[in-house]
Amino acid sequence: MDLAALRLSFALAALTTVALLALGLPLAQWLATSRSRARPVVEAVVSLPLVLPPTVLGFYLLVAFAPRAPLGRGFAALLGHPLAFSFEGLLLASVLYSLPFAVQPFAAALSRVDPRLVEASYALGAGRLETFFRVSLPLARPGVVAGAVLAFAHTIGEFGVVLMVGGNVPGQTRTLSIALFDAVEQLDWAAAHRTSLVLLALSFAALVATHALQPRSSTSR
Amino acid sequence: MSALEVDLERRFAGGPAVRARLTLPLGEAPVTVLFGPSGAGKTTILRCLAGLERPDAGTIRFGGETWFDSAAEVDLPPGRRRVGLLFQDHALFPHLTVEENVGYGVRGVDRAERAQQVAAVASRLGIAALLPRRPGQLSGGERQRVALARALAARPRLLLLDEPLSSLDTPTREALRGELRGTLERAGLPSIVVTHDRVEALALGDRLAVLADGAVRQVGPVHEVFSAPADLVVARVVGTENVLPARVIDRRDGLARVEVGKAVLWALDPGHAGEPEAYACVRAEDVVLEAAPAAATSARNELSGAVVSVAAEGPLVRATLDCGFRLVALVTRDSAERLGVAPGRALAALIKAQAIRIVLRSR
Repeated sequence: MDLAALRLSFALAALTTVALLALGLPLAQWLATSRSRARPVVEAVVSLPLVLPPTVLGFYLLVAFAPRAPLGRGFAALLGHPLAFSFEGLLLASVLYSLPFAVQPFAAALSRVDPRLVEASYALGAGRLETFFRVSLPLARPGVVAGAVLAFAHTIGEFGVVLMVGGNVPGQTRTLSIALFDAVEQLDWAAAHRTSLVLLALSFAALVATHALQPRSSTSR
Repeated sequence: MSALEVDLERRFAGGPAVRARLTLPLGEAPVTVLFGPSGAGKTTILRCLAGLERPDAGTIRFGGETWFDSAAEVDLPPGRRRVGLLFQDHALFPHLTVEENVGYGVRGVDRAERAQQVAAVASRLGIAALLPRRPGQLSGGERQRVALARALAARPRLLLLDEPLSSLDTPTREALRGELRGTLERAGLPSIVVTHDRVEALALGDRLAVLADGAVRQVGPVHEVFSAPADLVVARVVGTENVLPARVIDRRDGLARVEVGKAVLWALDPGHAGEPEAYACVRAEDVVLEAAPAAATSARNELSGAVVSVAAEGPLVRATLDCGFRLVALVTRDSAERLGVAPGRALAALIKAQAIRIVLRSR
């Protein structure tokens, strides 16, 4: 069992989840409450990774990460090394790739928050930020936790994007799913079985957790 | 004297506009009832006052402070207006305890001070025992009290109540009506209550503003507006009813003796004992006019008075009598002619005890 790959996958999934909470919650709140005409477009962009082949996303990211591209150049100046085939590049790719898995449950849960409660909070003197943290977020918590669990599990299991932008650098970009691919390529069935079992157990546990967190009926809200 | 001055217009796509022009002096006559049929724009006006909805044009001023001015692009956020708003469905935060709900709007004080203020409001409204519970564990009446406590704890300058009793079942509503009036009186805040319920308007209000077809049609003391509608539109909204300030002086055998001006009438006992201040309500159709004084019994009240004015109203004639107070009777054209109903004519007005409804002013 490739322990370095396990550690790396966990670190990547954890950081991706944190980043998605920080970026995804404001985005989801906007999607849940905005009446802007740009909303369907933003919704489509967020959902794109659901239908796009991961290799397509990976290819465009690789192009954007190139040292001569503006994004690649900016990050290279900041990090001291190119984004492609680095952990940071992988993290950025994972955030984009798992975006819908976090933002869609977030937005669904936030849009179910009774607008009267939000108004009651405003009327009691709370501003937008305070209302979000004291009313909307606690009421949307099951959906937010479910989105975070899904994003974590999805990041653990990603393969195509990792292969495209990460390659296979041990300790840097060699995640569990890449290690599995390697093991099979080398006909190391025992290692492949161990890694697969870990991934299967993780995915199953994540789904059980997600379903357990869903409100059972509209009345239990 | 400072006042709440409202002059606003709110348009809806494909719907009627709501225009409200209203000046309410603050301080005296604390409870104003915004009365009108559903769809008249009552809730829209409340939401504009609270700052939750933005009028399309106009101004809202509160005691010299501008809350909204479309021309000057002033629109104070709800928090800066310090308005207490009681929602129709109470809108308690389901994830917070009653104590946290009531303390939600208490700002700028430390934890101990907040707990103390919450406890003070809770004991005033009789909900101290409910503080550790969650809204899901409360009855309708308890939720109403908690919502009122939450609004009052934030120390608002103006209290707005949207159909405060409509979500309650009938027995609870009747029990809470008087209690709510008492709470509003003790709070000593200018309050605006939205309702389409006549009894609620009478029981809670000092002043009545009638809203119809998206505009304020008449403002005045409650019983005056009910007894003397300014025009036909208002008359249609408030109904043809005599609303007479009364005092309950005695109760026996399911009947109550009430004093109206100098006259004493028998009416059905309203039930709850307590404050004697009340309104006696009589529908104009239930006032029978007769020429010769008949013998009054407990079931039949007799008043004598002189006709002040007469007006035809379809197949009926509307006669206003001066019996020491104004009493409106609706009689058929036939009997009006037979009785010679004309200004100056002295007549007897007969009202059955069960036709007089007593609305108590507080518990």
